[in-house]
Amino acid sequence: MATLRGAAAIVGVADDASPTGELSLSGRALETAMIEQALEDAGLSITDVDGICHVNSSVAMAEYLGIHPRYTESTSTGGSSYEIHVEHAAAAINAGLADVIVSVYASTPRSDRKRGGRGGPGRGRPPMMMMGPNPAAEWEMPYGIRMPMGPYALAATRHMAEFGTTAEQLAQIAVSTRDWATMNPKARFQEPMTIDDVLASPMQTTPLHLLDCCLVTDGAGAFVMTSAERAKDLRKPPVYVLGAGTCHDHQMISQMPNLTTTAGAISGPNAFAMAGIKPSDVSLLMGYDSFTITALLHLEDLGFCAKGEGGPFVEDAKIGPGGSLPMNTNGGGLSYTHPGMYGMFLIAESVRQLRGECGKRQVQGADVAVAHGSGGVLSCMSTIVFGTEGTLS
Amino acid sequence: MTSTEPPPGRMEPPVTPTSEPFWEATKQRQLVLQWCTECERAIFFPRDNCPVCLGSSLDWRPASGRGVVHSVTVETSSPNPAIAGGDPYAVALVDLEEGVRMMSNIVGCPPGEVAVGQAVQVTWAQLSDGRHLPQFERRE
Repeated sequence: MATLRGAAAIVGVADDASPTGELSLSGRALETAMIEQALEDAGLSITDVDGICHVNSSVAMAEYLGIHPRYTESTSTGGSSYEIHVEHAAAAINAGLADVIVSVYASTPRSDRKRGGRGGPGRGRPPMMMMGPNPAAEWEMPYGIRMPMGPYALAATRHMAEFGTTAEQLAQIAVSTRDWATMNPKARFQEPMTIDDVLASPMQTTPLHLLDCCLVTDGAGAFVMTSAERAKDLRKPPVYVLGAGTCHDHQMISQMPNLTTTAGAISGPNAFAMAGIKPSDVSLLMGYDSFTITALLHLEDLGFCAKGEGGPFVEDAKIGPGGSLPMNTNGGGLSYTHPGMYGMFLIAESVRQLRGECGKRQVQGADVAVAHGSGGVLSCMSTIVFGTEGTLS
Repeated sequence: MTSTEPPPGRMEPPVTPTSEPFWEATKQRQLVLQWCTECERAIFFPRDNCPVCLGSSLDWRPASGRGVVHSVTVETSSPNPAIAGGDPYAVALVDLEEGVRMMSNIVGCPPGEVAVGQAVQVTWAQLSDGRHLPQFERRE
């Protein structure tokens, strides 16, 4: 079987967000700042970069930066785009198509709204990935489903009906994630909260309360990847790509084959197999938490618990600080930041945890991190297994 | 089957050449589905190729209009005023007897009473151009 295991490493990361939810820079200036910080983190410069990834246009981004890359990547699958960029960049490096690849993301919906520009997704506005031919306009939007939370609510209702999952169990995910956010000085919300706080927050679309839903904040980030060989001589300990897997099984929620099993049940085991790991080897899971139900489905689909047992699994806060499966240690999309496509932040936190750079929220002895991105409406899943040098042998 | 006045400002579905027979039938309050004549399998949403065999031998057949609620959510926070006058409303995925799933609204009962497994039948909301939008209501 073809493998990417150990072929490439993330050598630089950057991410930014703030407790106000707003950043001062935006657009290309913010993207460029992230690239510069990630290159500085790696001890590389823009002249080393010969590959670029950008969800809108890698061509336009490269033109702005004044670079002439020989590897270009514009895959755009929503929130999982950046995990796919990792997967594709590692494959490109492994194949000799490029030496140093950068991916960058910036979005400032909160500041944009304040400035009177375009804000985040709103009622009646299709998600970004539904531009172009859009069957949702014909078969979903006339029914007034609120985007993006309505589709997730449908998955949550079904999970509750099939497996007896409770609102309290979903709320526990938000509570444990908030516990992590208390240790991230950049997090939007840093005060602890309780299950009652979640249940008392306004109902959005049943059964999801406001605090079951991710934030809408400014945020940005970047990563730099190079070959395992070149990574050895750079500034920070390399964080190797051990495994990668991707799968999508629908675009519209009404076409999702099974509302309680995502394509992560394919991408996750494939990535784990490539990495040669099992769920019990994972030091921390960065599982895309657009909503509490999203994170719960990841736990099941990646095999941390059996299908349907996600609710009981999270009840004892084992995903929180001090628990046996630290999840979303930066505070997640629920409490740290969620600018629209959150996948980059899963990567930045995974890398920093494996380097031991996370201060109070550091997971001691972390050597394997999983970044699991979810794009669209539970549509496109991409799983990356990262490991320290010690995991290569 | 009942018909209601079109609420002002509801987002009305566009018609594509592929889906035109579906929408034409709604003018007579008929629910029709596309079938692949090779697979003998209903298809939804309408397209030009069967999503199983990719064949283009497709035809339109009447549907029973009966189904079961697969999942449901009630839009409670800032619901679209064009749907239920600003009141909460139920958006559901309905599994039709023909084996396909479609999104719709469940109407004619308090939205909070709609549960997974509820048996439903089609009913129609009038659109501005003579078409109707298929919605569902409870059945015995």
